[in-house]
Amino acid sequence: MAITTALPDELAARATAPMSYGKTVAWRLARDPATLVAGAVLVLIVLSAVLAPWLAPYDPNAGSIRLRLAPVGAPAHLLGTDEQGRDMLSRLLWGGRMTLVAALTPVVIGFVLGTGLGVLAGYVGGLTNTLVMRTMDIFYAFPAVLLAIAISGALGPGLPNTLISLSIVFVPRVVRVAESATVQVKSLEYIAAARASGAGVRAIVRHHLLANVLGPILVFASTQVSLSIILAAGLSFLGLGVTPPAAEWGLMLNTLRQSIYVNAVVPALPGLAIFVTSMAFNLLSDGLRDAMEIRA
Amino acid sequence: MWAYAGRRLLLAIPTLLGASIIVFAMVHLAPGDPIAAVMPAESSQAEIEATKRAYGFDKPLPVQYLVWLGRVAQGDLGKSIATRRAVILDVRDALANSLVLALSSSLLAFVLGVALGLLAAFRQGRALDKLASAIAVVGVSVPHYWAGIILIIIFSVQLNWLPAMGAANDPGVLAYLRHITLPTVALALIPLGVITRVVRSAALDILNQEFVLALRAKGLAARRVFAHVVKNAAPQILTVLGLQFGFQLGGSVLVEAVFSWPGTGYLLNLAIFQRDIPVLQGVILVLATFFVLLNLAVDLLQTVVDPRIARH
Repeated sequence: MAITTALPDELAARATAPMSYGKTVAWRLARDPATLVAGAVLVLIVLSAVLAPWLAPYDPNAGSIRLRLAPVGAPAHLLGTDEQGRDMLSRLLWGGRMTLVAALTPVVIGFVLGTGLGVLAGYVGGLTNTLVMRTMDIFYAFPAVLLAIAISGALGPGLPNTLISLSIVFVPRVVRVAESATVQVKSLEYIAAARASGAGVRAIVRHHLLANVLGPILVFASTQVSLSIILAAGLSFLGLGVTPPAAEWGLMLNTLRQSIYVNAVVPALPGLAIFVTSMAFNLLSDGLRDAMEIRA
Repeated sequence: MWAYAGRRLLLAIPTLLGASIIVFAMVHLAPGDPIAAVMPAESSQAEIEATKRAYGFDKPLPVQYLVWLGRVAQGDLGKSIATRRAVILDVRDALANSLVLALSSSLLAFVLGVALGLLAAFRQGRALDKLASAIAVVGVSVPHYWAGIILIIIFSVQLNWLPAMGAANDPGVLAYLRHITLPTVALALIPLGVITRVVRSAALDILNQEFVLALRAKGLAARRVFAHVVKNAAPQILTVLGLQFGFQLGGSVLVEAVFSWPGTGYLLNLAIFQRDIPVLQGVILVLATFFVLLNLAVDLLQTVVDPRIARH
C-alpha cells in the first residue's frame, strides 16, 4: 500500500476546483450556527427519548399522593412532580419517545406513499395524473388541524388512529410537491436523451428522475415534522391521541392544565418540550433548504 | 378573466363533493354500528326507524350518500345525539363566535405581520430583520394551545387582568372583549409567523429587481420606492392573508378548547367527547365549505389584483 503524497501544485488545483454538490451543502451547513445548534439540540432530544428507560430516575407511571405537584428543584425530583405525584423528568423523557414516534411516523409514511403517488402521477401524466391529483385536492378542502381532528374524532382515541389521521394529512402534501418536481424534471433534456438512448421507464425513473426529485421532497418532508409534532401532541391534548396513563407531552399538558392555579411552572414544561423540539426541527429544515438551494 | 373565474368555480365543485364524501364516510369510520354512531342509546324503535330511513342505512352506500347529500343541500345536518337539537342551529351559533375570533386574530396577525415583514425587508440584515426572523420562527413553531395556557398563567392566574374562560356565561360587550383578548393573541401567533416570513421574502424579491434600482437611480424618495415595492408585492401578500384567515377558522379548535370559547372548535371538541357524530359531521362540513369558498375568493381576488395570473 503506497502512501500517496499530494504535490504542492496538486493541492492548489484542489483548492480552486469546484466542490461537489454534497460537499458544498456540508460546507454551507458547517458555517450556519443556527442550524448547527438546532441539529445538536435535536440529537440531544432524540437521544434522551431513545435512552429514556436508562436515563429516567423513576417509573414514569408510579405516583405518590403525598408528593403531588412538587415544584421544580424539589429534593429528589429535579423537575418536580405532576398532579398524581409522578416524577416530571421521567415522564418528560418517556413522553418524548411517544411524541416523537407519533409525529415522525406519519411524516415518514407521507414521504414514502406521497413520493410514490406523486412521481407516478407526474411521470405517467394524463388520466392517472388527473385522478391522483384531484383526489389529493379533496384533502386540501380542510385545514390540516381540522382534518386531523375530524378523522381522529371519528376513529376514536389511541396511537394507531393518530398515526392514520396524521398520515392522511401528510400524504397529499407530499404528493403535490413530488408531482410538481417530477413534472419539472421530466421535461428536462437529459431525460429525453436517456429515453432516446433506449433507457426503459424503470431505469429512467430510478437513475435519472428519483435522484433529482428526492432532495426537494425530503426537504419539504422535513419542514412538515414541526407541524406533525404540534398536531400529534395537539391530538393527545384533546384526548384523541395516546391514552392515559402513558406519558406523552400533549397529554401531560392536558392533565396538568387544571393545576396551573397551584403550580405555574410544572404545567408549562411539557408544552415547552413540544415548542423546543418543533422549533429545532424548523430551524434545521430551514438551514437544510438554504444549504441545498431549494426554493420553497 | 371571467372565463378563468368560471373555470375556477367549476373546479371547486368536485372538491366540495369530495369533502362531503369524507364527511359522509365519518359515520362508517366510527367504530361500531352506524346507527349507534348517529343515535342516542335510549332512542325508541320509531326514532331508530326514522333515522334509518333518513340515512337510508338499508340501501347501498352510494344511494345512502346521495340521500344524505340531498338533505344536507337543504340545510338538514341531522340531529345532535346529546341535545337532540338540529345540528344546523348549534353550528350556526358556534360559527358566529368562531368567525369573530378568526377575524380578530387575523387582523392582529395581518397588521403586525405585514408591518414586521416589510420593515425587515427594508432593513435586511439589521437587528430589526433578525428580530422579525426570530418572531417568524417562534410563530410557526409554537404549539398555540400551549401558548394559550401560558397566557392564562400570566394574565389570568398571576396578574388577574383577564378571564381565562367562560365567555358563554358572561354577557355584555366589555365582557366579550375581555374574553376574546387572550384567545386572539394565542391564535394570532401562527399566522403572524407565516405572514411575516412571506411578506419579508416577497418584498425582498421585489427590492432585488432592476426596476427598483432604476427608481432609486432616478432619485425617487425612499417613501415612493416603498410604495412601488408594496404595490408589486401585493398579490403575494393578499394570498397569504386570505389563506391564513381560512386556516384560522378551522384551526382554532385547540385554542377554543383551551379557553372554552363557544365556537365551532369548542362544539367539535364537545361532539368528539360525547361521540356525537352528527354534530362532528355538521361542523366539519360547514368549516370545509367555508374554507373552499374562501380559497376560491382569494384566487379570484388575486386575478383582479394581478391579471397576468388568469392568462396562464
